[in-house]
Amino acid sequence: MAANLQAEKRIRQRYRREQRFKALCIGAITLAILFIFVFFADIIQRGYTAFYQAQIQVEVTYDERSLEIPAAAVSEEVRPLVSRGFLRQVPGHVQSDPDLKGRTVTRWVTADTGVNQYLKDAHTGLSPQEKATVDKLHEAGRIEFAFNTNFFTRGDSKMPEMAGIKSAVVGTILTLAVTMAVAFPLGLMSAVYLEEFATDNRFTRFIEVNINNLAAVPSILYGLLGLAIFINFLGVPRSSALAGGLTLALMTLPIIIISTRAALRAVPDSIREGAFGVGASRLQMVTHHVLPLSLPGILTGSIIGMAQAMGETAPLLLVGMMAFIPSAPDGVTEPATVLPAQIFTWASMPQRAFDELTAAGILVLLAVLLTLNATAVLLRKRFERRW
Amino acid sequence: MSTGQIILSFLAGLLPLALLAYGLGRRRALTVAGGQDRALHSRPGFYGWYAVVLMAAPAVALALLAALLELLGLIDAPETLILAAALALAAGGLWTAERTIQPGLRARNIVEGAVRWLLITAASVSILTTLGILLSILLEAMRFFQMVNIWEFLTGTTWSPDTAFLGGAGRGGEGQAEAEFGSVPLFAGTFMITAIAMAVAVPIGLLSAIFLSEYAPLRVRGAVKPALEVLAGIPTVVYGFFAAITVAPLVVDVATALGLEASYQNALTPGIVMGIMIIPFISSLSDDVISAIPMRMREGSFALGATPSETIKHILLPAALPGIVSAFILGVSRALGETMIVVMAAGLRPNLTANPLESMTTVTVRIVDALTGDQEFSSPETLSAFALGLVLFLITLVLNTVALIIVRRFQQQYE
Amino acid sequence: MQMPQPNDNPGDPEGVVARSSMGAAELREGSDTVEGEDRPQSTPAPGVTRAPEVGGGSEAAEPTHPTKVDVRGLSLWYGDTQALFDVSLRIPEKDVTALIGPSGCGKSTFLRCINRMNDLISAVTIRGQLLLDEADVYGSEVDVVQLRSRVGMVFQQPNPFPKSIYENVAYAPRIHGLAKKGAEMDELVETSLRKAGLWKEVSDRLSMPGTALSGGQQQRLCIARAIAVNPDVILMDEPASALDPVATATIEELIDELRSNYTIIIVTHNMQQAARVARYTAFFHLGEVIEFDDTDTIFTNPSQKRTEDYITGRFG
Repeated sequence: MAANLQAEKRIRQRYRREQRFKALCIGAITLAILFIFVFFADIIQRGYTAFYQAQIQVEVTYDERSLEIPAAAVSEEVRPLVSRGFLRQVPGHVQSDPDLKGRTVTRWVTADTGVNQYLKDAHTGLSPQEKATVDKLHEAGRIEFAFNTNFFTRGDSKMPEMAGIKSAVVGTILTLAVTMAVAFPLGLMSAVYLEEFATDNRFTRFIEVNINNLAAVPSILYGLLGLAIFINFLGVPRSSALAGGLTLALMTLPIIIISTRAALRAVPDSIREGAFGVGASRLQMVTHHVLPLSLPGILTGSIIGMAQAMGETAPLLLVGMMAFIPSAPDGVTEPATVLPAQIFTWASMPQRAFDELTAAGILVLLAVLLTLNATAVLLRKRFERRW
Repeated sequence: MSTGQIILSFLAGLLPLALLAYGLGRRRALTVAGGQDRALHSRPGFYGWYAVVLMAAPAVALALLAALLELLGLIDAPETLILAAALALAAGGLWTAERTIQPGLRARNIVEGAVRWLLITAASVSILTTLGILLSILLEAMRFFQMVNIWEFLTGTTWSPDTAFLGGAGRGGEGQAEAEFGSVPLFAGTFMITAIAMAVAVPIGLLSAIFLSEYAPLRVRGAVKPALEVLAGIPTVVYGFFAAITVAPLVVDVATALGLEASYQNALTPGIVMGIMIIPFISSLSDDVISAIPMRMREGSFALGATPSETIKHILLPAALPGIVSAFILGVSRALGETMIVVMAAGLRPNLTANPLESMTTVTVRIVDALTGDQEFSSPETLSAFALGLVLFLITLVLNTVALIIVRRFQQQYE
Repeated sequence: MQMPQPNDNPGDPEGVVARSSMGAAELREGSDTVEGEDRPQSTPAPGVTRAPEVGGGSEAAEPTHPTKVDVRGLSLWYGDTQALFDVSLRIPEKDVTALIGPSGCGKSTFLRCINRMNDLISAVTIRGQLLLDEADVYGSEVDVVQLRSRVGMVFQQPNPFPKSIYENVAYAPRIHGLAKKGAEMDELVETSLRKAGLWKEVSDRLSMPGTALSGGQQQRLCIARAIAVNPDVILMDEPASALDPVATATIEELIDELRSNYTIIIVTHNMQQAARVARYTAFFHLGEVIEFDDTDTIFTNPSQKRTEDYITGRFG
């Protein structure tokens, strides 16, 4: 009986251990999931306020004096409450519309960041007097929140209320265009060579080891490469989308090669044998049969590679893509910045008002990245073929 | 003319020529075959491509050669001359193609051969990239080691390049202390943050993987796995912002509540956040290897009366160990090279300490700092970035190679 | 991994009864049926009612041993598909019982019910009773871990753990706390390997990985692994189907040696093997037990037409 009791005890003990272990596993996954929620909640809570902005209704006087001293265009009372960015535009208004000259127009204009922050209950540099004015105007309906169009239509600015992501978005598009224009064809050709043409010899294996290693090289080293080779040796303009795009292309290349090879490998050999069997050449076999069949997989891999390049910052800092870019670049050789670099720049700005811009920029970036990844997943699901 | 314009005009000349060559070659083939394409060795299109290859290959080769020689400073010819020569060569190639096309010409074999060479060239870019990384870093690092003793660099415990900056700015020699480049504090900071990151990522990542592969019902697995992968898709600059603005104050508050003193740029913050970043990495790799273990191993263990956790601990984890170890190594390699999180949340000041609540800096932070400042490129501080990069490259290269070898062994085990 | 409750399946009870009457043969000893015993939480399944005896002309075999595994009206569903229909069997103690039948007839499924390996599949529903030593294997108080230490199993594919030969055998005693480390464990490992007829071949290389042995040796290692915890019952799921004829003969000899100490239930698709090793044979077809009797009777004088057709090779 004693032995029996002991066995009972042992069983209970083992079950307790089982419970503990399972609880530990569940705890771990809960922690990871919890983090995702905390993270998104934190960023959204910090960033959503940047999508609306205080507007102030003022009377703008377009007279001789205000053309010389733009600040004089509005009354002294509201002057500190109006964005200096708007005041600077006053002479420009007259230039583009000469009829305005000499008239006084009532219009809604972007308020100063201090007003913005005060109304959003954040830290503000306004004096008590100014605060009182803001309260008064707010009650009178002359200060109101409106959608922050500046954020999407303007480039970087030292004034938080005037700063936007437009130049960074244009820079990102240019940079990624360079990246994909280089990395996609090169990656596709490398993968086709390794999967469909190469024999298993030492050269091929060397390339394979190389690609696997390149996929795991820290991204910042690509920055050193870009700086030394593209900028210092080849003379590509510093800070340009070309320099950044080429650097990212080399970084993205191994990702595209690896995923393309996987997609090619998923096509069964019976297809290849069938093509050879009817007398197709190797090139015809690849272009007529294997490539069309593996295209969804190749595109999926390329989209994922592009998403990764889009979120990359470190190598771009080294090739100078964190410059202050107030207006969108016109070409790939002009100084540009990208969205992650813009986020980095804003994150290091001393003014608190840039925090919400940073978080808002992050939200835009994450939205685009999640969309790209979701597209890739959908593409794979939609066109996935089981052999 | 700028480089860009030259490339553009070269392409502008070449592309219409290629179209022309394809059309001419194809028509020529049909003409010599008397309109009967069965008489041709290859399909007419291949003769078109044959003409394109013959036209473009010498021109491109000449252009590349000239560009390379120019860059190396061996020749100094006006760009327009080279451009004209290349286009002339292209026209010559086209003419040759026109003349050589005959029904018996094996155009397909020639085109396929050219394509193969094009593909080999593309595949070699990866080798060139590795070579490029190695050479670019190595050459600049050599320049650095001419100024700073390599032994001092590897074993010195003081990193104070600031005076070197003064020297670089032309204000050296005013009797200040010598600049010192002892990298030990940087690597100590890097390893400290990496260790914290792995201490966060390994238990959470591994246990999550075990839960997903062994305990979770299919539906839960289907929902949780993509959610974890979202973590992997978040850009590092975003993690950096989150670390600096949310986690750092939290860590300081908790430390203060515990009666400890913490810097806002403590090593714990980037360590924790980097750990979170690496969780999906560890969990998806571990999940893959655990799931790859054949079902019959589990059945064998359950049939002997083992509980799930006993099966996991005694059978599955030992069997999956090589894969888990390589996931760990790859995670370490990633943590060592991670840049944005530490740039934004760790300190700039080299600090040799074992206290994770103090501010310390890392290799990658110093690389970014050295190369984003205004110093001239040949100053020792700027070049020190390449020396640090060289060490980082070698360390991660060794780690990745080891991980690849281990993982290959594991895959062979179940083949 | 939730335990499927016997009484919550979505099957149609009427259908079950109708099918069961078609001919689940069973070995009867006493005539008393213990309906719904020790099953407080569940109503007795309809299938439990005794099926009419279909023993035909021959008298039911008189077992020399008491019943070890008593199955009463067991039905099983994978999701909505029913795989076992009202199976009733009485498997005697300390002898070899073979389960034969064409592929997909449910014999392996039935075997996996006995040590509840089907618990590992989440969509399984089970109804009916399966008694081991008169205690319901699916009773709420039954502990799967304990059950499996009493009912060992050998699989179709030899599945040694990727560990040393020694560790493969020592694994189960260790998790069940049956032997301490050191000499006691060494002895247990040696005894088990001897019983499995493997000791002579591996005694000098116990630290070699179990996966490095040949297929037949691996399978005997799995048998040694199973008997190391001294189970009452050993289930064998086509243990020789992945082996060559020589290794198969060795396994069959081993089964013959083990029969006096263990209740062995073996699933086989090989009728000659059943004839060679088993004292009793049950013929499964389409998830039902068509006939259960002495192996000799089944092979020489089956009472059911379907059994005869299968034995003589007319289908299957």
